[in-house]
Amino acid sequence: METIFGIPTQALFGQLLIGLINGSFYALLSLGLAVIFGLLNIINFTHGAQYMMGAFCGYFLLVRFGIGYWWALALTPLIVGATGVIIERLMLSRLYQLDHLYGLLLTFGLALIVQGLARNEYGTSGIPYNMPAELAGGQNLGFMFLPNYRAWVIVASLVVCVATWFVIEKTKLGSYLRAATENPALVQAFGINVPRMITLTYGFGVALAAFAGVMAAPIYQVNPLMGADLIIVVFAVVVIGGMGSIMGSIVTGFALGLIEGLTKVFYPEASNTVIFVIMAIVLMIKPAGLFGTQR
Amino acid sequence: MAAEDRVVVGTSGEEATLGHQRVAFAVMVALLVIAPFTVYPVFLMKALCFALFACAFNLLIGFGGLLSFGHAMFLGTAGYFCAHAAKVWGFNPEFAILFGTGASALLGVVTGLLAIRRQGIYFAMITLALAQMIFFFYVQTPFTHGEDGIQAVPRGMLFGLIDLSNVMAMYFFVLAIFLVGFLLIYRVIHSPFGQVLKAIRENEPRAISLGYRTDQYKLLAFVLSATLAGMAGSTKALVFQLASLTDVHWTMSGEVVLMTLLGGLGTVFGPVVGAFIIISMENYLAGMGQWVTIIQGSIFVVCVLAFRRGIIGEVGHWLKKPL
Repeated sequence: METIFGIPTQALFGQLLIGLINGSFYALLSLGLAVIFGLLNIINFTHGAQYMMGAFCGYFLLVRFGIGYWWALALTPLIVGATGVIIERLMLSRLYQLDHLYGLLLTFGLALIVQGLARNEYGTSGIPYNMPAELAGGQNLGFMFLPNYRAWVIVASLVVCVATWFVIEKTKLGSYLRAATENPALVQAFGINVPRMITLTYGFGVALAAFAGVMAAPIYQVNPLMGADLIIVVFAVVVIGGMGSIMGSIVTGFALGLIEGLTKVFYPEASNTVIFVIMAIVLMIKPAGLFGTQR
Repeated sequence: MAAEDRVVVGTSGEEATLGHQRVAFAVMVALLVIAPFTVYPVFLMKALCFALFACAFNLLIGFGGLLSFGHAMFLGTAGYFCAHAAKVWGFNPEFAILFGTGASALLGVVTGLLAIRRQGIYFAMITLALAQMIFFFYVQTPFTHGEDGIQAVPRGMLFGLIDLSNVMAMYFFVLAIFLVGFLLIYRVIHSPFGQVLKAIRENEPRAISLGYRTDQYKLLAFVLSATLAGMAGSTKALVFQLASLTDVHWTMSGEVVLMTLLGGLGTVFGPVVGAFIIISMENYLAGMGQWVTIIQGSIFVVCVLAFRRGIIGEVGHWLKKPL
């Protein structure tokens, strides 16, 4: 068997692949958090629960309505995003004049409610969700076996992340968004409906989480607690990257996934904690985060 | 942002407030002395431990404006160290509690130094992430016995004289610890140090421009809060003779936020009331599974949207006297 640094190549590349998959989800989720934070100044604690809602929504679409994976991938972000719009209109919009911490507390409460309801119905065991038949099987790359579905997850997340970056940084709509992040009152004075933009931004961030949820369903199964611990890791990712830059959160997400994968190979005991340790080191060296600006 | 929109309802007019706060304190002590003769003492001890935990947490958010979302790490760390010292090393209860509290204080220094480098929302996320790291550490390290926790911790003989396996002796020991912690916090928030903390909460750049080294104040407040949370955790480990992963999990950090929010952020007595209500609720709804979580979440939502002063904050507002 071939080895690199005394580690079988199969194991090394296998863990790197898992790291990239995890990184895809870190990137998608931290991107959503960053987009929401940019405009709303709220850390969306419900993000993990909304990721879980995405997975459950995909599952319901299949079981109740016979709607398969591909349509679920398109419909779920719309459905869960719509619930996000309702939450923003009914609750979050009342908090913008208050300390930002209230937004965190409110969304934490919502996450508890959603996760509690889901656990009441489905307990804590995972429900399997089959991957689409088109993506079954895999490719033998010579040095490792690459399942098609996992390749698809990585490519799709990258495309969605880059598309989001492109819209925000390179289009007119994105320039409105960035302007409103800098100075909402001035942008409103130019005749742009900022409250509606805020609502849609929150909906979009939630939709990203739901999209990640559907993509995760075939890999991790559908589980009421799938987002609960993940969101804490994503918070650490966000602290490491800093929320100032869209590209920053994407790069940090993928990079930390890879580092986590490598840790599993070389020092498995630390694989759960490595991201938090990196966070502590980054805080010591560059408190604003790798891509952030202190404000 | 107007001052009344801030996250906390601060106390003002220091000297005028002290009189009726003393009355309220006397009422609280009287109730707590009578209570074990009518209510199940173990339940009361649990509520007192959480009340001290919530008061310690409130010192940080209510008077320093720092929302820690990882306070369970101090509760749990102290619990493990106290339980280990009492069970494996055979420490007397008072030394076991001191040992656990000291461990939390040390952890408070390390995590505090990291967390105070960022403000506001980031502070909350950093404390949460650090607490999760500590949680995973305890999952893996052998002395905590993983899922089982440290069981059958002996309560021992207090000062070598009083047998704490007697439930009433234990109750009054816990009550004494709670009162010491409560009075210490009360003293701190009415001291010049507490005044500077409030100034930092209201306007940190201005406090800096007045020459205060705000980082040192924030760190000291953080360590103090961690230490008192540790005192609560150590005591809790002796009461239940158990130190387990539940006390380090992030849900516990959320619970203490909830207790303080419900009772009233930045009030003196609010966290105590909040802790008693939440613990009673959990006791009565224990058989209802996940409904406890759902109700807790709903209380969060209602408190944030409609009831930001909390119970004691509302009462104080109604009486026009901060409690």
